[in-house]
Amino acid sequence: MELPTQTFRVTRADLVRYAGASGDFNPIHWSDRFATKVGLPGVIAHGMFTMALVGRAVTAWAGAPDAVVDFGVRFTRPVVVPDDDQGAEIEVSAVVREVTEEGLTRLDVTATCLGEKVLSQARATIRTPR
Amino acid sequence: MSLDPSFVGRTYPPTAPYQVGREKIREFATAIGATDPAHHDPDAARALGHPDVVAPPTFPVVVTMAASRQIIEDPALGVDYSRVVHGDQRFAYTRPVVAGDELVCVNTIEDISSRGGHGFLTTRTDVRTAAGEPVVAVWSKIVVRGEA
Repeated sequence: MELPTQTFRVTRADLVRYAGASGDFNPIHWSDRFATKVGLPGVIAHGMFTMALVGRAVTAWAGAPDAVVDFGVRFTRPVVVPDDDQGAEIEVSAVVREVTEEGLTRLDVTATCLGEKVLSQARATIRTPR
Repeated sequence: MSLDPSFVGRTYPPTAPYQVGREKIREFATAIGATDPAHHDPDAARALGHPDVVAPPTFPVVVTMAASRQIIEDPALGVDYSRVVHGDQRFAYTRPVVAGDELVCVNTIEDISSRGGHGFLTTRTDVRTAAGEPVVAVWSKIVVRGEA
């Protein structure tokens, strides 16, 4: 079963807000000068910000903010966030892999930016919605 | 970048307790655009059976990232943080983090490897309340990129 795709927009302002809230002030997430110096195409989103957005998608699918029991991802490609009003767009979709007898639902999640996968092995286990 | 494999299995001393504040959860939820009332309104959280506002699923990274400095800044291990990128991340929850929790982290180095000139470091952080109740186990794999 496929779950409805959810789309998230990420701007530089979002990265600044996330840096403050999370305590991750790595300059690759706010300074083009620093990001390009270390070989990146430009400022990139925190991997954990992308994962947080995927977490929003998962809790929305679950229909409960406290339903996630296991959640893991591999970061495979950076999300480059241009310094403009549009920013970057992340699309999150998922398929239900398994519904267990213990009342758990396992999801295989896909997250893409500009048509390219930014995560692999993205999996979440949620309590099956009642 | 080669990391000393003899560090595998090493467990670090428990961190000082982290006091999870209601406003910190609200701030984090707002920063990621999580608008569910249970992240913001204690009454909404209580209606779901929680004592106070519920943290979003990735919130524990606020606590574990600070705690992981124990490892990242261990001079004997010698991680060059300017060359670190995030590889994998996983959370296995016993229950969600809620405001009022006092959380203690115990870091263990689970794996060290190197491939293609890059170093890979996998850590597990067991997050418990100060009273010893398990809350969430957090795995993080970082890549220390080799000199090009």
